[in-house]
Amino acid sequence: MPKTVVKVGLASCGVAAGAVPIYETLTEALAGQKDVEIKKVGCIGLCYMEPIVEVERDGKSIAYGKVDTAMAREIAESHVGRGEIVQRGVILDPESKACENERMDSQVRIVLRNSGLIDPEKIEEYIANEGYKALEKALSMTPLQVIDEVLSSGLRGRGGAGFPTGLKWKFANGAKGDKKYFVCNADEGDPGAFMDRSVLESDPHSIIEGMAIGAYAIGSDEGIIYCRAEYPLAIKHLNVALDQAREKGFLGKNILGSGFSFDIHIKEGAGAFVCGEETAMIASIEGRRGMPRPRPPFPANSGVFGKPTNINNVETIANIPWILLNGAAKFAEYGIGKSRGTKVFALAGKIKKGGLAEVPMGMPLREVIFNVAGGIAENKKFKAVQLGGPSGGCIPESLLDTPVDYESINATGAIMGSGGMVVMDETTCIVDVAKFFLAFVQKESCGKCPFCRIGTKRMLEILERITEGKGVMEDLDTLLDLARQVKEGSLCGLGQTAPNPVLTTLKYFREEYEAHIRDKKCPAKVCTSLIHYVIDPAACIGCTKCARNCPVSCIAGEVKKPHVIDDEKCIRCGQCKKVCPVGAISVE
Amino acid sequence: MTMSAATLTRSDLETRLLPLADRYRGRKGITIPLLADMQREMGYIDPEAVDFIAKELDIPAAEMFGVATFYAMFRLQPEGKYVVRLCRGTACHVQGSARIGEQLQRHLGVQEGETTKDGLFTLQYVACLGCCSLAPVMMVGEEVHGRLTPEKAVDVLEAVRASQPE
Ligand SMILES: Cc1cc2nc3c(=O)[nH]c(=O)nc-3n(C[C@H](O)[C@H](O)[C@H](O)COP(=O)(O)O)c2cc1C
Ligand code: SF4
Ligand code: SF4
Ligand code: SF4
Ligand code: FES
Ligand code: FES
Repeated sequence: MPKTVVKVGLASCGVAAGAVPIYETLTEALAGQKDVEIKKVGCIGLCYMEPIVEVERDGKSIAYGKVDTAMAREIAESHVGRGEIVQRGVILDPESKACENERMDSQVRIVLRNSGLIDPEKIEEYIANEGYKALEKALSMTPLQVIDEVLSSGLRGRGGAGFPTGLKWKFANGAKGDKKYFVCNADEGDPGAFMDRSVLESDPHSIIEGMAIGAYAIGSDEGIIYCRAEYPLAIKHLNVALDQAREKGFLGKNILGSGFSFDIHIKEGAGAFVCGEETAMIASIEGRRGMPRPRPPFPANSGVFGKPTNINNVETIANIPWILLNGAAKFAEYGIGKSRGTKVFALAGKIKKGGLAEVPMGMPLREVIFNVAGGIAENKKFKAVQLGGPSGGCIPESLLDTPVDYESINATGAIMGSGGMVVMDETTCIVDVAKFFLAFVQKESCGKCPFCRIGTKRMLEILERITEGKGVMEDLDTLLDLARQVKEGSLCGLGQTAPNPVLTTLKYFREEYEAHIRDKKCPAKVCTSLIHYVIDPAACIGCTKCARNCPVSCIAGEVKKPHVIDDEKCIRCGQCKKVCPVGAISVE
Repeated sequence: MTMSAATLTRSDLETRLLPLADRYRGRKGITIPLLADMQREMGYIDPEAVDFIAKELDIPAAEMFGVATFYAMFRLQPEGKYVVRLCRGTACHVQGSARIGEQLQRHLGVQEGETTKDGLFTLQYVACLGCCSLAPVMMVGEEVHGRLTPEKAVDVLEAVRASQPE
């Protein structure tokens, strides 16, 4: 009998969703069975379906979602044991008829080519999927030929700015220096993005291979992966992969007999968003406070310890082996205009199907949100989609036909960013979201430029006033004015883009700001100073449940008599509304 | 292991920090990993430990303090047995993590960054734990808990508290 393979998704989200007990249950249930192999794999991006188990048997592969221990036992007995599929749990089948097939079929998986399919801790599996073939090929070319290939693929940086990768390599290649660094930016600072984490956890060798190719192209012998310390599993998998790559001779001296030597080490970030900026990252790698500095000199000429340095984002690098192996032309077949290839998005917020999806550039936002991400959860109404995190903006319904490409998205006032896509519905307050991002950048500003440090603080104070119902109309003009000054007066990208969330929300959702100011109302009923919990005396049956659950005991009333909330004391926790059995409590 | 500054003697510092210092001697760009290792060893960045290492490795202590205060990862005070990291990233924010934070502060009787009187929990707010599709999310120690509500978050902490040996 041919081997049956059982795969369990054990990336961070899988683990958080409870995949470890599932793995243990399967291991136990299948112990001692010959011709059955249980594999730990990374993530295929269907986070909302985790824990996920895939069974390959009789030449057919079936994936199960939301697996609990009972289902895991059933899968072991029935599917693995007797070849009978457990129908109720199937999410992907070979005939493309299961609930999640459409989601997978709408994608083009270049960056995510191996994610969720292979065991990230086994180099053999990476190699079996054409791994390290691209490095071999690159080493048979000249560095300039490699750069040309990347240039003509049209690949642009996926870390946010969208600078052409081939051009960046050309500068670094041309820079003079006895020593050059190739740095992978794995700081993933956008709070709402997790593409890079998933790639690092699920397919670390693709990063090592991509970096080795890039290092060869620019003439570097030392690579650094600057990774957030908040990603312990990614760091673990990278370390395993680095050891294996060294052992097999893909890293180290004289790689594959080519005469090219290169090795990589990891630097753990220490929790500062600004360190995602190139010059701040360089300072941090050198062990200093991560403060940006003016450019020029550009890192390509003077980077880590003053040496020529090339910095690329994780996703950018993951594209490289595929491009080398399949050719620039094949890559450029995907996409539109000056945006070629694919983009991975981390889909989150008020959507039905959160997770990762890699779509061809040019797909309209509407399709990403309503097809790939399954539309809005609980069938509420779409309000806005936030792209680009703290540097980006909110895009309204009227612009949902905007295609996913750098230029079109910039034209809306948002940015493509690194791929965080947070969808908001009618219950999200736009002013509150703007305040949230401003509070974030205010906290993360390194403090070097007065406009970034103080200007954002002033803007935040205004937004706080508005959400407390103390705003005046002139505040909106002051906001616009401050925004312009912060943009112009800031040294690095953090400050220069910090006003974007405010600017886009003011542009597209001005009436919501005005409602807070003029009517002292929060239409989404989020801002606690502008809402009131009230009990409808006609509906209340006096069950006392709300009073017993109120954390500040501000509800009074006798049994079987209508209850009353003391609005002064109420902290707007919403607890009473949740427990009321007859729905007598509403928010106004 | 955590120790309060008052109990540190010179020989304590030597036995605990000298091996660590030796690993970093003569290397460049080490301040961040060095501080991270010190924190691992001492539980937090102890000022006396910084002075000790600074002398040993001939780095200005001010530089080490400068770095330690710049990065969110470094703690200048001892923390509780369990660090509760509540995600305040975008995805968690739109799914109501602010209310969870308020509830945890009330329940634990601490503000963000503080440790409970019994030394069990330190409450921290962090930006994105990378599990946004399970938002709202918090980490207690090494364990991630997703799809939280204010009540569920409290239940998680109470379960941890109940599992403590007397
Ligand atoms: C404040 C700030 C934060 C940034 N954070 C990140 C990040 O977390 N990850 C990333 O890849 N790029 C980040 N960038 C962009 C990088 O500075 C840089 O453009 C990118 O790493 C270059 O790689 P790429 O050309 O492959 O995109 C950030 C930029 C700024 C200004
Ligand atoms: S713009 Fe802000 S983060 Fe950037 S260097 Fe200036 S103060 Fe620092
Ligand atoms: S919203 Fe919260 S504080 Fe206000 S009455 Fe209801 S339970 Fe009490
Ligand atoms: S829970 Fe509802 S029905 Fe019961 S006392 Fe409160 S408001 Fe009245
Ligand atoms: S399950 Fe992997 S990113 Fe979510
Ligand atoms: S925003 Fe909370 S886990 Fe990402």
